[in-house]
Amino acid sequence: MAWEIVIGLETHTQLSTQTKIFSGSSTRYGALPNTQANEVDLALPGSLPVMNKAAVELAIRFGLAVDAFIAPRSIFARKNYFYPDSPKNYQISQFEIPVVQGGTLSFFVGDQEKTVNLTRAHLEEDAGKSMHDDFVGPHGEASSGIDLNRAGTPLLEIVSEPEMRSAAEAVAYAKSLHSLVMWLGICDGNMQEGSFRIDANVSIRPVGQVEFGTRCEIKNVNSFKFLERAIQYEVRRQIELIEDGGRVVQETRLYDSERDETRSMRSKEDSHDYRYFPDPDLPPLVIESSWIESVRATMPELPAALRTRFISEFGLAPVDAAQLSSSRDLAGYFESVNAALPPDQAKLAANWIMGEVSATLNREEKDISQCPVSAASLAALLTRIIDGTVSNKIARDVFAAMWAGEHQGQPDSIIQAKGLTQISDTGAITAMIDAVLAENAAIVAEYRSGKQKAFNSLVGQIMKAAKGKANPQQVNDLLKAKLDS
Amino acid sequence: MSNALLHYPNITALSQALASRKLSATEIAQDCLDQIKQQASLNAFVHVDADLTLAQAREADATLAAGRGNILTGLPIAHKDLFVTKGWRTTAASNMLRNYTSPFDATVVHQLLEAGCVSLGKLNCDEFAMGSGNKHSAFGPTHNPWDRSAVPGGSSGASAAAVAAKLVIAATGTDTGGSVRQPAALCGVSGIKPTYGAVSRYGMIAYGSSLDQAGPLANSALDLVDMLDVMSGFDQKDATSAEHCKGLPNAQGRIRAEFDSAAADFNGNPAQPLKGLRIGVPKEFFGEGLSTDVAQAVEAALVQFQKLGAQRVDISLPRTQLSIPAYYVIAPAEASSNLSRYDGVRYGHRSESYTDLADMTGRSRAEGFGPEVQRRILIGTYVLSHGYYDAYYLQAQRLRRMIADDFQAAFTQHCDVIMGPVTPTVAQPIQQDQNDPTADWLADIYTLGLNLAGLPGMSIPCGFGTGVSGKPLPIGLQIIGNYFDEGRLLAVAQQYQQVTDWHQRVAGQA
Repeated sequence: MAWEIVIGLETHTQLSTQTKIFSGSSTRYGALPNTQANEVDLALPGSLPVMNKAAVELAIRFGLAVDAFIAPRSIFARKNYFYPDSPKNYQISQFEIPVVQGGTLSFFVGDQEKTVNLTRAHLEEDAGKSMHDDFVGPHGEASSGIDLNRAGTPLLEIVSEPEMRSAAEAVAYAKSLHSLVMWLGICDGNMQEGSFRIDANVSIRPVGQVEFGTRCEIKNVNSFKFLERAIQYEVRRQIELIEDGGRVVQETRLYDSERDETRSMRSKEDSHDYRYFPDPDLPPLVIESSWIESVRATMPELPAALRTRFISEFGLAPVDAAQLSSSRDLAGYFESVNAALPPDQAKLAANWIMGEVSATLNREEKDISQCPVSAASLAALLTRIIDGTVSNKIARDVFAAMWAGEHQGQPDSIIQAKGLTQISDTGAITAMIDAVLAENAAIVAEYRSGKQKAFNSLVGQIMKAAKGKANPQQVNDLLKAKLDS
Repeated sequence: MSNALLHYPNITALSQALASRKLSATEIAQDCLDQIKQQASLNAFVHVDADLTLAQAREADATLAAGRGNILTGLPIAHKDLFVTKGWRTTAASNMLRNYTSPFDATVVHQLLEAGCVSLGKLNCDEFAMGSGNKHSAFGPTHNPWDRSAVPGGSSGASAAAVAAKLVIAATGTDTGGSVRQPAALCGVSGIKPTYGAVSRYGMIAYGSSLDQAGPLANSALDLVDMLDVMSGFDQKDATSAEHCKGLPNAQGRIRAEFDSAAADFNGNPAQPLKGLRIGVPKEFFGEGLSTDVAQAVEAALVQFQKLGAQRVDISLPRTQLSIPAYYVIAPAEASSNLSRYDGVRYGHRSESYTDLADMTGRSRAEGFGPEVQRRILIGTYVLSHGYYDAYYLQAQRLRRMIADDFQAAFTQHCDVIMGPVTPTVAQPIQQDQNDPTADWLADIYTLGLNLAGLPGMSIPCGFGTGVSGKPLPIGLQIIGNYFDEGRLLAVAQQYQQVTDWHQRVAGQA
């Protein structure tokens, strides 16, 4: 039987505020345990939460970016459950009326554009951390510890509709959301530190069936690679289960990256009754339209708008435009390089940034903000390609030298010092062609008998003789003229 | 000198004695500490620390000596043990917090300390403010100074008892369903629950957060003005505290200004100071269950108010009876969640033996909480549970809105204030048949409505009835106002107290 995969994602995004969502404690990551937990975070008797407006502002920012409805009045509720890293034993979250409602996210899966509807995005507080391993208690005994530094860190939980149909789509959605929240400056995107946490709801159904299958929620996926693997594993598991005559049980499953499998954590039967009710300590969150407008005024140009502009203004292919608009830094780099070049050279800049620059960055595990070749330097190098000083191929060698910091990374100095200037002198090139033709009479004969390949072989020989510096276009033209004459 | 508070029975008198240096704050504090010891059998105080108290008194004396004193400087007060304090332990009268000390002061505690008040310590109450007789305390019951066999009311029972027994000049209390007004009535003192949001809840251990409000208990309406004026004000640490009241900033001085203005108005007509004041008398407050002595005392008070020029208007608050189920759904629902934090993990009682985490939490809570608290947590958990939420919690919230609407209809169409009894009877015996643990709840019928509506209300002494033991026991008159009308309410009460002396009666000397 043919199966259709149905995936929806819930993403917990830690908002980049200075202080916690309901207290004045710092949200900085990595401090000594419990040094960033005040009476509110510790849930001491008599303490009360007070809404941090900065967190609301970041939620509004997100809502505007995905073209969602920003609720003029949203409600904080208490989600009641006992767990030691939740100091009040309830989590303050938004339940019935979230601050951000609806919205869409568009992204590319390969060269196909896909738009996914968002259900909602709501504000809530993060929990602390339980430390079960290697913790020594006050009397030297093995113990569990609680670190409440993270407790109360603001989260925006972004929920998608179940509209993704493959692991690849889910990963593309997650990457696009990840780059968007960083683009907006609302989240640092650090997945290792847990700033961006993805849960995947996965189900399958026979192709053509309208009703959804029973879903499982997969937790503990802390990279895009693991997200893909976890979904793939889970889909296989569900298909095998059903094809063997079993049925999927609604449950929460943990992904174990070491064994590359998902394991049952708790079933629906023993899931909590959270006893949600409006938090009487917090009045409804009222967002006047003037507040929304003041946030809108500070919004950067969004990736989707930038992508459209890259296509219409520079004639880039949609996939290229999408890649260049995947982060603010990358788009900025592209725009800076582009601004220094003649107007019709955007493609050259795009090809270089997505090719040589990105490949080198990937190899060295750096991102564009750490690129040792500045946009101005790259533009200077590309200018030398355009004016024929170096070929595209030689330019790669120059780029490598720039990356390595030779001659202060100045392309002109490197070209000069290494004698890499392209040979464009017709006489010099003709002489080289003549020498090669004289030595390769057999290949010339092959060409003349109709073997087009032979031509390329001759070009190779000539370029080799020129140590790669001959202007390839000129070599082509002159050789063709000579052979066909 | 013995018992300064008998000689100087109100804030004005005591404050003048301090200002004129007839008495020092230290002398008063020492005298009160002695009285607390002498009357230890009342079981009013649960935490006393003479060093802390005397240090505050010396500070007050220094302030007075420097000429920087104000009306409250050096006055002996005490706090219900529901307010967290840095110095004294804070237990909410629960074994759960038996050894707990807070690292910070409640806003109310801080404001009274700033004003120069000297704290004598912490007052007994019903555990986590759940109860109406001060019987549900891990430290044992507090006794009524008028009759040791009777309850002082609750949950701020010891706050009322301490004022009535002259252990302090005033005390703080909290009122979720009547917990200031009811003990004030049963102990013959004056007490006010202000509008929800007038006083900060920061540092007040939460019971029913949407209902809880702090209020003072003292010997007269005039004394309540001094106390409440300092206690109230917007607090940025409490998101439910009001920034503005009727367009004016919620700050110290608001209550006094409104009181002064209303008082000046009334005093402008010495013959009939309350002329034009319409007093709504809800017929539902005088139905079945109201004892004859309370009904007669309240009627007599209403006649007195008419003599002062006020007009009596019969009104109806049709959903009065329904305030009981509405309250006993909403308050326990909030309590079940508010008290979840007491799990033995970070502070408070932790069971000695347990098998795992869930067992530790379960045992710690079973051992730490008394039966009444457990009862309300169970009810609250039930009414919030999946499948019951709509039938109980949502329904109660709907009732709550209707009850508030009934009050608004009365205020907009018929009257300026509402008056009636606080309690159906005088104080009941401490030893009582406890086969029906919820029987006490029905006696809250007159006080719950305004907590549900968030309105201000007060209780002032208006006579005496006879208790089960045959001794005379005080009766309270309830005066309810519209939102943020505290100043005016207190001025109305003061007119009554100018022509009556119920509030000057002293326990044991009546």
